[in-house]
Amino acid sequence: MAIWINKDTKVICQGLTGSQGTFHSVACREYGSKMVGGVSPGKGGQVHEGFAVFNTVQEAKEKTSCNVSMIFVPPPFAADAICEAVDAELDLVVAITEGIPVLDMLRVKKYLQGKKTRLIGPNCPGLITPEACKIGIMPGHIHKSGHVGVLSRSGTLTYEAVFQLTNAGLGQSTCVGIGGDPINGTNFIDVLEAFNRDSQTKAVVLIGEIGGSAEEEAAYYIKREMKKPVVGFIAGQAAPKGKRMGHAGAIISGGKGTAQEKIATLESCGVKVTRSPADIAKTLLEIWRG
Amino acid sequence: MNVHEYQAKALLKRYKVPLLNGKVAFSSEEAVQNAKTLKSSGDLLPERAQPEHSQPELLRDVKATETNGKVTMHHVQTTSGDINPTQYNVWVVKAQIHAGGRGKGGGVKLAKSFEEVQSYASKILGMMLKTPQTPPEGKKVHKIYIEEGCDIAKEFYCALLVDRATSQIVLMGSSEGGMDIEEVAAKTPEKIIKVFIDPVTGYQPFHGRKLAFALRLPAGSIQKAVSFWGSLYKAFTELDCSLCEINPLVLTKSGDLIALDAKLNFDDNALFRHPDVAEMRDSTEENPLETEAAKYDLAYISLDGNIGCMVNGAGLAMSTLDIIQLHGGMPANFLDVGGGANREKVTAAFKIILQDPKVKAILVNIFGGIMKCDVIAEGIIAAANEVKLQVPLVVRLQGTNVEKGRKLLGESGLKITPAENLSDAASKVVAAVRS
Repeated sequence: MAIWINKDTKVICQGLTGSQGTFHSVACREYGSKMVGGVSPGKGGQVHEGFAVFNTVQEAKEKTSCNVSMIFVPPPFAADAICEAVDAELDLVVAITEGIPVLDMLRVKKYLQGKKTRLIGPNCPGLITPEACKIGIMPGHIHKSGHVGVLSRSGTLTYEAVFQLTNAGLGQSTCVGIGGDPINGTNFIDVLEAFNRDSQTKAVVLIGEIGGSAEEEAAYYIKREMKKPVVGFIAGQAAPKGKRMGHAGAIISGGKGTAQEKIATLESCGVKVTRSPADIAKTLLEIWRG
Repeated sequence: MNVHEYQAKALLKRYKVPLLNGKVAFSSEEAVQNAKTLKSSGDLLPERAQPEHSQPELLRDVKATETNGKVTMHHVQTTSGDINPTQYNVWVVKAQIHAGGRGKGGGVKLAKSFEEVQSYASKILGMMLKTPQTPPEGKKVHKIYIEEGCDIAKEFYCALLVDRATSQIVLMGSSEGGMDIEEVAAKTPEKIIKVFIDPVTGYQPFHGRKLAFALRLPAGSIQKAVSFWGSLYKAFTELDCSLCEINPLVLTKSGDLIALDAKLNFDDNALFRHPDVAEMRDSTEENPLETEAAKYDLAYISLDGNIGCMVNGAGLAMSTLDIIQLHGGMPANFLDVGGGANREKVTAAFKIILQDPKVKAILVNIFGGIMKCDVIAEGIIAAANEVKLQVPLVVRLQGTNVEKGRKLLGESGLKITPAENLSDAASKVVAAVRS
């Protein structure tokens, strides 16, 4: 089953004609995702790399019956693009764009309330249901279909984890990058709930990092509701306080949001947390084999 | 991005946030000049300009005291005869650095005469100011702010920031003004009052009333507080701040509210909308290597150890620091070369890492997702040759064409130690700095 996306998912790309949009739309199509077109205002009617281009998301939806949009629109215009996709009532919007102003995201977040659309990201690698549908910038070939759900605030660290899993013979149901920004559309709990319901997912790998309290909230949810084993890793155990570690959201502020706190909370809620990023798959195998 | 107090106040003035008059100075002479022009310009607080024109028996003397570096002033009823009018003039000389707790380190002084302005200014300018928030060696003071004094009845704390958990803007207030708010939050969290503001409808007067009554402001000051926070909220949202902190927010004897200090942090992602704010960046306040790295779009953070790191992706870069520490080593830096990791970026990254004299070995950890490992390897070889790399280099490449990439590194003639995986890479680089 996997979560949210599968082989029937129809995807458009907002910002298709930009270099990133073009490159990754082609890569997603090559992976096997049903890329049905793109949106670039003013370029409607053109055909770009074999993709039909539309002026608006609404028009793209009417002509292609797409249900998901992948967004590569530059930061100053990205919030607008997300809202346009929400207005067109797509099921899922995946915002890859890094660098969207926080106050823009606060308004977007508010706009999402009561709407049917789920937003993943921004500043995320996207999500992938291996061997079925890839929406985002992750390298498809390291993934393998299977039963481990992966969720993470990071990009390359997720690839590292997936690579370890695949090498250990552990395929993935769906891998979701929720993004490294302080305000995002989908949080850990949203993904955990979906994995909890998904029959294909038998275990979960959660990769967090310093900053905010999303991992702690996820820990309490896991203790309360999660029926499947969860293995965790928190990046930034060696990070200094008050410094933004690459991601806009990865900052220990006011002594809060440290890796140590997050690890302690996760462990107290029954999550097996590995201290070494090299042992993510190994840790999962250990608890799986008892 | 951070700015100095005087810059923050110049911005807040645009939004009519009540402030005292002040001017920045780069020399003690300029400081005195500024003090002279500020002498009678207390338009926000007319009562302080009044004594010279008022009835003598209504005159009050200003007494100022300094405790723990914090300046407080009180008025004492006196008779007129024995008072020299210049005594009513007080100025505060404040070091301008990007760190809080300046008073504790002697960076904030109260001057009661032009001579004192001169002497404090010359003492503070050029000093290495040490506060709990500066590096241990302190920060050099290049400029000072000369501000009028005021009669403080009580000090409060207030701040606006984005609350990640609720995706709202939070207005925080505390009666513990002038204190380190993190300490207040840790010891007496009940003394911090939070009012959540919906970012779409924005600040409403009731938000202000809620906080004002909770802080037990006097009846005559409630409306002033409501409008104070309204102005502050407007500044926060229109300038794309990530933090707007007024500590202390003072209530004067006459019931006015004034921002005695002001700290603004800005959302770096929104600076494109605020070129005037971006221009306020003071690169002397920033780590020069971090500034240099930013030019190449590299996220670099200087750390204390001796193992230089170059990694693609923030999460993997953080984990690389973690695994080095787990193996008993100490990272010299965090460096995210981004998704591209091409030759130009890798070269720039090597140059920046090597400018740190502490670096005894470098670990390159690249997970080549979309980028192919052979292309990355070529970039590393070219960059290592260009910078004439002398320190041991451990390279861990993973992803597409990894064998080709490793082969290129092996045949490069450079002293490169290849690593199979994260653990292997960490143990090899830790061994390299120990040998």
